[in-house]
Amino acid sequence: MARMKFLCDADRCIDCNACVTACKNENEVPWGINRRRVVTINDGKPGERSVSMACMHCTDAPCAAVCPVNCIFPTEDGVVLHNKDQCIGCGYCFYACPFGAPQYPQVGNFGTRGKMDKCTYCAGGGGPEAPGSAAEFAKYGSNRFGEGKLPLCAEMCSTKSLLAGDGDIIAQIYGERVRKRGYGSGAWGWTTAYHNDVGV
Amino acid sequence: MTFLARFRLATLVLALLAVAVAAPALAQKFGPDGAPNPTASVTSQRELLQQVPRITGRIDIPDTKAGVLIQPAGRTWDYFHQVLLRWGGAIVILGTVALLAIAYLILGRLPISAGRSGQKVVRFKAFERFAHWLTAASFVILGLTGLNITFGKAVLLPLVGPDTFAAISQAAKYVHNFTSFAFVAGLVLILVIFLRDNLLEKVDIDWLKQGGGFIKNRHAPSGRFNFGEKMVFWLSIAAGIAVSASGFLLLFPFYGTDILGMQLAQVVHAVTAILFIALILGHIYIGTVGMEGAFEAMGTGEVDLNWAKEHHDQWLAKKLAGEGRAEPTATPAE
Repeated sequence: MARMKFLCDADRCIDCNACVTACKNENEVPWGINRRRVVTINDGKPGERSVSMACMHCTDAPCAAVCPVNCIFPTEDGVVLHNKDQCIGCGYCFYACPFGAPQYPQVGNFGTRGKMDKCTYCAGGGGPEAPGSAAEFAKYGSNRFGEGKLPLCAEMCSTKSLLAGDGDIIAQIYGERVRKRGYGSGAWGWTTAYHNDVGV
Repeated sequence: MTFLARFRLATLVLALLAVAVAAPALAQKFGPDGAPNPTASVTSQRELLQQVPRITGRIDIPDTKAGVLIQPAGRTWDYFHQVLLRWGGAIVILGTVALLAIAYLILGRLPISAGRSGQKVVRFKAFERFAHWLTAASFVILGLTGLNITFGKAVLLPLVGPDTFAAISQAAKYVHNFTSFAFVAGLVLILVIFLRDNLLEKVDIDWLKQGGGFIKNRHAPSGRFNFGEKMVFWLSIAAGIAVSASGFLLLFPFYGTDILGMQLAQVVHAVTAILFIALILGHIYIGTVGMEGAFEAMGTGEVDLNWAKEHHDQWLAKKLAGEGRAEPTATPAE
C-alpha cells in the first residue's frame, strides 16, 4: 500500500490561496473552519516563503495518541481520519498537532468546542457512514480518495507547489526539482510529521 | 597603537563576527552577476526549526493561532500526556491508596483513648459545613470526570465500548466545565471562613514535637486546627488556585494565550490535579476510617468532648470558657 503524504514546495508557492478555496468548496467547509491555510514567513523580508499547510497525516499521529476517546486513527494508506460521532470536542488534538490542523466550530458558552474538523485527504470520514454517501459528505466532506482521486488542493495547485500522493513519489519529484534548480527550502514539516526528511 | 585604535579594531572584529554568526539566518544566494538572487535566497525549514521552537508567519485569515506553521512541541506534549502523565498519575494515585492501606494496617483506626464522654461540642457550624461539602462534592465530580480524560480510554473504554464511552465522556466534559464554578465558589468560602484559624502558631511546633498525635501516650497540643490540618488547608488553597487558574485558561481556549500557553496550562492543570487528589485521599482517610470521632465534625457538626480534648485541647478550652461550660473530667460519667 502506498503511504499518502503532502509536500509543499515553498519555493513555488505564490500565496494565491487557491488550495484553501478549493478545499473549502470541495468539502463545503463551514464558516470559521479552515482545513488548509497558507502561512507566509519572513513576510516582506529576504527569504520570504509561503507554505500551504493542513493536516500532514503524520506517522505515529500525536492527535490520535492524545485523543481521550480514541476517535482518531490512521487508515492503511496512512491517511489520518476521525469519527465525529465519538469526538467530544476537548481540543487536545490541537495542542498535540504540530501543524495546527484540527478545527472546532464554536457551539456554546465560553470556548465550548464542537466536533473536531480537519483535512481528511479528501478521503471522507472515519465514522460508520457508507463511503461516498450523502451522510458522509455532510459530516466530513468529499470522498475523492474512494474514487481514486487525490486531494483537490494539490490537484488544483497552479504552480504544482503543493504535491499529494505516495510519499516516495512526491519526495522523488521534489528531489529532482531541487537538483535541477539548485536550491530548495526543504520538505516543510516532514521531519516532524514522518520522522524522515527528503534528502536533497 | 593608541588605545582608541585598538578599541576601533576590536569593535570591527566583533561586528564582523556578528555578521558571520547572523549570516545563516538570512542566507542569500548570489546570481552569476554577483547580485543577490531573491528566488534562491532559501529559507531552509530545517535550519529555521533549529533556530526557533515554532515557525510562525503572516496569515490571511482572522484566526491568529493559525499563524503558527509548525510546532514540534506538539509531539513533546503528546509524550507528556501519554507517557509521563499516565504513568506518573497512576503511580501517585495508586501509591497514595497503597500507603493509606498500609497506614490502616499498622495504625488501625485511631481511637478516642478515654472513650466517648457522651457530651457534645459544636465544631463546625452549618454554613462552614456547607462550604466544605460544596467544595468536597464538586471536587469528587471534577476529579472523576477529569481522570476520565486521562485514564478513561484505558480503564472504562474496554468495559463499555467506544460509543457508550464517547457519550459518557461528552457528558463528563460538560459536567467538568460547569462544576468548576461551584468548586471555585467553595474554595473562596473555605479560604474566607477558615483563614484565621489556619495561621501558623507556636503551638504547631509543639504538636510536631509530640509526633502529631500518632504516637501513643504522647499528647499533641493544638488549637482549632492542628499543624497537619493547616498543611491540608494551605496546600489545598495553593493547589486550588493553580488548578482553577489553569482550568479557566483551558475553559476559554486561546483567550489571551497561545499554543504554548495552552500546553503549559494543561500540564499545570493535570500535574496539580493529580497531586491534589493524592492530598485529598489522605484527608478523606484521616477524616473517616483513620480516626474515631473525626467524621462527625463535618457530618453533624458536633464532636465528642473527649475527642476534642485529645486532638484540639486549646480550642476546646477556649470554646468551653466562651460557653461558660466546665471542662469534662478525665473519666467519662458512666
